[in-house]
Amino acid sequence: MAEHGIPIEVRDLYKIFGPRGADFVDAVRAGMSKAELNEKHGHVLGLKDINIRMPAGGIQVVMGLSGSGKSTLIRHINRLIDPTAGEVLVGGEDVVRMDARQLREFRRHKTAMVFQKFALLPHRTVLENTVYGLEIQGLPRSRQEEEARRWIDRVGLSGFENHYPNQLSGGMQQRVGLARALTNDAPILLMDEAFSALDPLIRVDMQTVLLDLQKEIRKTIVFITHDLDEALRLGDRIAILRDGEIIQQGTGQEIVLRPADDYITSFVAEVNRGRVILARTVMRPLAGEPPAGPSIGADEVLETVARTMTGASVSQACAVDAAGKPLGILDIHDVIGAMVSTQAPQHV
Amino acid sequence: MEWFMSFPHLDNGSLTALKKAIDSGFRDFTRAWGGAIETFFDPVKWFLIHTERFMTTTPWPIVLGLIAALVWFASRSWRITLGSVATLLVIGFFDMWDDTMKTISMTFVSTVLSIVIGIPIGIAMSRSNRVQALISPVLDVMQTMPSFVYLIPVVMLLGIGKVPGLIAVVIYAIPPIIRLTNLGIRLVDKDVLEAADAFGSSGWQKLRNVQMPLALPTIMAGINQTIMMALAMVVVASMIGVQGLGQPVLKAIANQYFTLGVFNGLAIVGIAMIFDRASQAYGKRLQKHQEVVHG
Repeated sequence: MAEHGIPIEVRDLYKIFGPRGADFVDAVRAGMSKAELNEKHGHVLGLKDINIRMPAGGIQVVMGLSGSGKSTLIRHINRLIDPTAGEVLVGGEDVVRMDARQLREFRRHKTAMVFQKFALLPHRTVLENTVYGLEIQGLPRSRQEEEARRWIDRVGLSGFENHYPNQLSGGMQQRVGLARALTNDAPILLMDEAFSALDPLIRVDMQTVLLDLQKEIRKTIVFITHDLDEALRLGDRIAILRDGEIIQQGTGQEIVLRPADDYITSFVAEVNRGRVILARTVMRPLAGEPPAGPSIGADEVLETVARTMTGASVSQACAVDAAGKPLGILDIHDVIGAMVSTQAPQHV
Repeated sequence: MEWFMSFPHLDNGSLTALKKAIDSGFRDFTRAWGGAIETFFDPVKWFLIHTERFMTTTPWPIVLGLIAALVWFASRSWRITLGSVATLLVIGFFDMWDDTMKTISMTFVSTVLSIVIGIPIGIAMSRSNRVQALISPVLDVMQTMPSFVYLIPVVMLLGIGKVPGLIAVVIYAIPPIIRLTNLGIRLVDKDVLEAADAFGSSGWQKLRNVQMPLALPTIMAGINQTIMMALAMVVVASMIGVQGLGQPVLKAIANQYFTLGVFNGLAIVGIAMIFDRASQAYGKRLQKHQEVVHG
C-alpha cells in the first residue's frame, strides 16, 4: 500500500522565459538583474539560483506573493516547465535529463498534483475523476475503483461518487482534487496553491484534512501558498521566494524569530507567534529538581503551553521530550512574553 | 488614353489559348486518371447505393418507425419526435416520400463522410499552427467558391451521377465540422490539460480523455452545421444528376411550376427541421453535466 515520500533536491535552478533564455544564464549568474534582463534583452527572469533540499516525508512550503515564481518552481519538479539550467533530483534521479517516455512514467508513478483551480474533468463524475491517474497507468478497472472509493471516503466525500464537479462546492471539488492525487499513491504530492481559492473557514478545514492524512501517508509534499499563516501551519520547512529568488528558508519558527530582511520582517509582524514558537525555544535550563505541576511537551506551541499552564493555575511547568524526560523549565512570563514580543527570546 | 478608359487586359488570342491549354490539360488528366479515380470512389458508391436502396425499398411504416426511434434516442423529447413523424406523414401524403428518402439517404451518407474525413483534419489543425495556416485558406475557398464552379471539374472527372454529386456535397458541407473541431479542441481549458499532463497522459490519452470530450459540444455544433449545408447542397447537386427532392425543384424552375417548387421546397424545410432539432437536442444532452450547478 501507501508509498512513503522520497527526497527532492533542487540544485542551481535557473529559469529565463524567452526564446533565447539559455544565452543569458551566465549573465544572470554574473549578477544581471531581473529589470536589466527584461529591459535590454526582453527576457523574463523566472527563477534564479534556486537550491532547496526537501527531506523525504516532510511538507515543504514555498511561499511568495504573485509573480514571485512559486508556481513556476513547483512545475519544475514534474517538469511541466523545462528549466533553463540546473538539476531537479527526485530520489536521486535527475528529472531534467529524462526523455519524453521516462518523464511520462515518472509523472505517472512518482508525482501527483493538486491545482489551485481544481482542474477536474467536468464531464466525469467524482469517481471517474478520482480514478484518472490509475486509468492512465492502465490498471484494471476494479482496482482503480477500489482505490478511488477508499480515498473518496478518506477525504469525506462518500455518497458523492456519482456527482459531477459542477454539483459540488469549491471545498468539495478540491477534496476531489486531493482524492485524485492520493489515489495515484505517488511518493510526491505537489500542491499548487491548492487551498487558495477556498473560503477561509474551508481552507483551515482542508489544512486539517491534509495534516491528518500526512500523519499516515508520509508523502513528500511540496505546498505552494501566498498565505504565511497557511505556510506556518503546514510547513515542516518553509522557503520564501521573491522575484524568483529564495530569500530565506528554514522552519516556521526560524523564519518568525529571525527574519532575514525587512521584507520578511514586515510579513511576519502580523503572525500569531503563539502558534509558531515552540516550548523548547523559551524554556530555561533545568536547575535542580523540576517543578511540580503539569509536564508539557517541548514541541508544543506556546499557545497550547499557555492554555495548559493557566488551566492548571501554575506559573512554572516542566518541559519534557517525547519520552517524558525533563528538558527544561517553562515560566509563564517567558511564554507570554515570547508570544507578544517581536524580539527573539534572549536565551535562545 | 485608351488604357485609362478600359482596363488593359491580356489579348483575346492568348487568353483563349490559356483557357484551352488548362482545359485540355485537365481533360488529358481526366482521360488518364478518370477510371482510377472512379475505382477509388467505389466503396463510397457502394455505401450510397445500399443506403438509398434500404431507404426506398423498405416499407414506409418501418422507415417511419426507424426515423422516429432515432429522433427519440437523439433528443429524448416527445415534442420533437411527434413533430418529426407528423412532418414525414404530411410529406408522404403529398406523394413526395420516395424523393424525400433519396434526399435523406444522400444527406446521411455525405454527413457521415464529412464527419469521418473532417474530424481527423480538424484534430490535425488543432495540434499544429502550421497545419492550421495551411488548411484555413483552403476552407475559405471551399466556402466562398460558388458551388456551381466546382461541379464542373467533378463532372469532367466522374461524369454525371450520385458519386460526383456526393463529392460536391461533401466539399461544400465539410468546412464547418473541420473548423469547429479545430476550435473546440483549441478552446479546451488549459488548466485541465495541464492536469492531464501532470498525471502522465500520453498524447492519445489526452485527446481521448480530455480534448475530445470537452470539445464535443462545439464539434456537435459543427456536425449540425454540416448537416444543414449538406441538405442545401443536395438540391443544387440535382443539376448533376443527384436524385431526390432537388429534381422536381429543378423541373419547377425550368417550367415555372410554382406549386411543385413550393411543395418540394417545403419538404426540404421539413426534413431540415427534423435533422436540426434532433441533432441540437442530442448536442445539448451531451452537456447534461454542465446544467446542474452548485448554488
